[in-house]
Amino acid sequence: MARPIPPLPRDMRNTVLPGHAACHGCPITIGLKVVGAAFGNKVILVIPACCTSVVVGAWPGNAFNGSIVHVAFASAAAVASGIAEGLQKRGIKDVQVIAWAGDGGTADIGMASLSGAAERNNDFIYIMYDNEAYMNTGIQRSSATPPGAWTTTTPLGKLEPKKDVARIMIAHGVPYVATASIGYPHDFYAKLKKAARIRGFKFIYLHAPCPTGWRFDPAHTVKIAKLAVETGLVALYEYYDGRIHLSGPSRPYLDKSKRKSIEEYLKLQGRFKGIRDEDIKVIEKYVDDMWEWIKKHI
Amino acid sequence: MVEIIHIQYKVPIAKPKVGVAGKTGSWRWIKPVVDNSKCVKCFQCEIYCPDNTIMVDPKKGATIDYEYCKGCGICAEVCPVKAITMVKEA
Amino acid sequence: MPKVVLTGNYTVALAAKMARVEIVAAYPITPQTGIVEKLAEYIDKGELDAIMIRVESEHSALAAAFGAAVAGARAFTATSSHGLLYMHEWVHWVSRARIPVVMAIVTRTIGTPWNIWSSYEDFFGQRDTGWILGFAMDNQEVFDMTVQAFKISEDPRVYLPVLIGLDAFTLSHTTMPVDTPEQEELDKWLGPRRQGYVIDGSEPLALGNLAWPEDSEEFFMDLQRGMEEAKKVIREVDESYGKAFGRRYGGLIHRYHCENAKYHVISMGAWSGDLMEAIDILREEGYPVGLIRMRFIRPFPDKEMYEILNGSKGVIVFDRAISFGSLGPLYLDVAANLTKYTRKLPYMRNIVAGIGGVNVTHKDFYELVKATIDDLEKGVEPPVFTWHHRR
Repeated sequence: MARPIPPLPRDMRNTVLPGHAACHGCPITIGLKVVGAAFGNKVILVIPACCTSVVVGAWPGNAFNGSIVHVAFASAAAVASGIAEGLQKRGIKDVQVIAWAGDGGTADIGMASLSGAAERNNDFIYIMYDNEAYMNTGIQRSSATPPGAWTTTTPLGKLEPKKDVARIMIAHGVPYVATASIGYPHDFYAKLKKAARIRGFKFIYLHAPCPTGWRFDPAHTVKIAKLAVETGLVALYEYYDGRIHLSGPSRPYLDKSKRKSIEEYLKLQGRFKGIRDEDIKVIEKYVDDMWEWIKKHI
Repeated sequence: MVEIIHIQYKVPIAKPKVGVAGKTGSWRWIKPVVDNSKCVKCFQCEIYCPDNTIMVDPKKGATIDYEYCKGCGICAEVCPVKAITMVKEA
Repeated sequence: MPKVVLTGNYTVALAAKMARVEIVAAYPITPQTGIVEKLAEYIDKGELDAIMIRVESEHSALAAAFGAAVAGARAFTATSSHGLLYMHEWVHWVSRARIPVVMAIVTRTIGTPWNIWSSYEDFFGQRDTGWILGFAMDNQEVFDMTVQAFKISEDPRVYLPVLIGLDAFTLSHTTMPVDTPEQEELDKWLGPRRQGYVIDGSEPLALGNLAWPEDSEEFFMDLQRGMEEAKKVIREVDESYGKAFGRRYGGLIHRYHCENAKYHVISMGAWSGDLMEAIDILREEGYPVGLIRMRFIRPFPDKEMYEILNGSKGVIVFDRAISFGSLGPLYLDVAANLTKYTRKLPYMRNIVAGIGGVNVTHKDFYELVKATIDDLEKGVEPPVFTWHHRR
């Protein structure tokens, strides 16, 4: 029997309030619980149009026990920059500003404001939770949708490769970039705490498997998140001081023989039902290439 | 320096509230049942529950708030000792 | 009081500095660029204790200014034409959140084609957004209106953002004398920033959660109430500024020769100065004509407009913008708002001119107004809509 992992701080209980509007098995609220564990209610989430905009419920109630500023789609990073500078001007240091945006609002429409905030090194944490499509509007493809995946705008499977936003952030030279997964909350928690201690722009990619959009039984959300890491498809790392620091859960997968097969991951998800063998080869090559890049930068 | 002088108009400011989507327990078609004799108080179910409806007491084990539990089944799957089973909602 | 000679752009920058803005979101666009350049200079020299956020687009400029304002800082930005159109979604977002912010717009023609000269369609494009919209005629007024904008916007009866317009090049790049108050006097008059709520971690608040239709409509009806209150506040601010610093303009409307006027002309912006010259000449020639110069078009001074125009024999509205497929936007506002008070409108004429930045001189105004009045006196009604164009 596995040794029990220590539980997270008790604020994890108080931040996401039950009875919110998320789908069964939604990874977003798991992620928000970890944010709550790290910061309690001393957090201002800047949320552009995405699932979270509606998960937190309708006025006058809010299912998140912290502050939220909802913003227009393309501007999470810009508003977060403004809030961070405003609070700095007022000498307020005890609240964490976090831009909490989906892959659509970051990699597509939010790319310009993300790049701007990164280049200016504004002092906040940008968390992109990646459910790999525009889920809030009913599962349309985004640049973060993996190749071969069904979406309503790519019924035969997406052709283009997945845009790697973490690497784009590394190329911007920001103080801290990390990848995380809702399947590994302690790892995500540690990265949040570390980011909070750094002054400047911090980016955290959060892999978030979506049962509704990826077409799997909601009970499997955590299993699929872990499988993504166990196949090497998602690598958990931090980038700071000019190199990659591979995170604990991903260290075994430097060794290709330890990685589980991609098919194991794909066959659990209805969105890959029609995936062709060539697409699987493309994904396998993507995984190999990514780990080659990681090895070069460790 | 900023003075907050209360706004006399209706503004789109919301405050924390349980149950913003109603009693989401009504969304269930299957429900988790905990056998606390098996529970090892590892907290995995509480950590991973997306709805914060299962809470672990280090002495007594796990309890579920059925008013809001959506019956997603994550708790049953992550439990390392299979102390939780999903049963059909009556 | 120190008198300086400044371009309109530098006047805006000076006013923002003296109002002690704390956050400036800066993005350049001709002909506004001088504003952000001057503010950068003030900040780097230590004359202004503010943070400049050098954003990567105008959309982000208003987004960042909004973020800082929500967190409790006095925020300011400026733009023009296409920049204003790019941030248009944010213009709505800010006013509907009831967050005080001040923005300067150097009005410039919208393309296609590229055109850098003044016309007002970018300004009028914000007409329905819920911002208080003011427009200056000369650099002195640019200074006064920009400073007053902070006081109006942060008044608890209002809590709405304010936009101040000034003409491209005619004001923005033209030097004029500007009288400025002493900093301590202005500090006393303006006071610290006020807002209705702040999101800074002191309590968990969520701004902008999804709202059902009935709730949403109630928010927006309250926005309309704030606009109604703003009429009172604008007049109060004009009065108290006049008392403190010696200059008052008359509130939402600046009346020029309206006493015993039988005919009226309505305009807004820098070319009103040329129109005033034309009126001086016409008055000398015995024409009983007066000018209603719009200082604020939102909230629209409907009752005051009616009070002046009641009994008028003829009204000409000069528009430096056109709502394609219809009439000039200022004309549409004037005519429609008069119907709140009367079933019988006077003869009203809409002359659209100066679009694309075409220069309209006091001679043009003189001829147009004279011809209109002469016709009306003869019992002939000129066409209601004319687009006056000359090369």
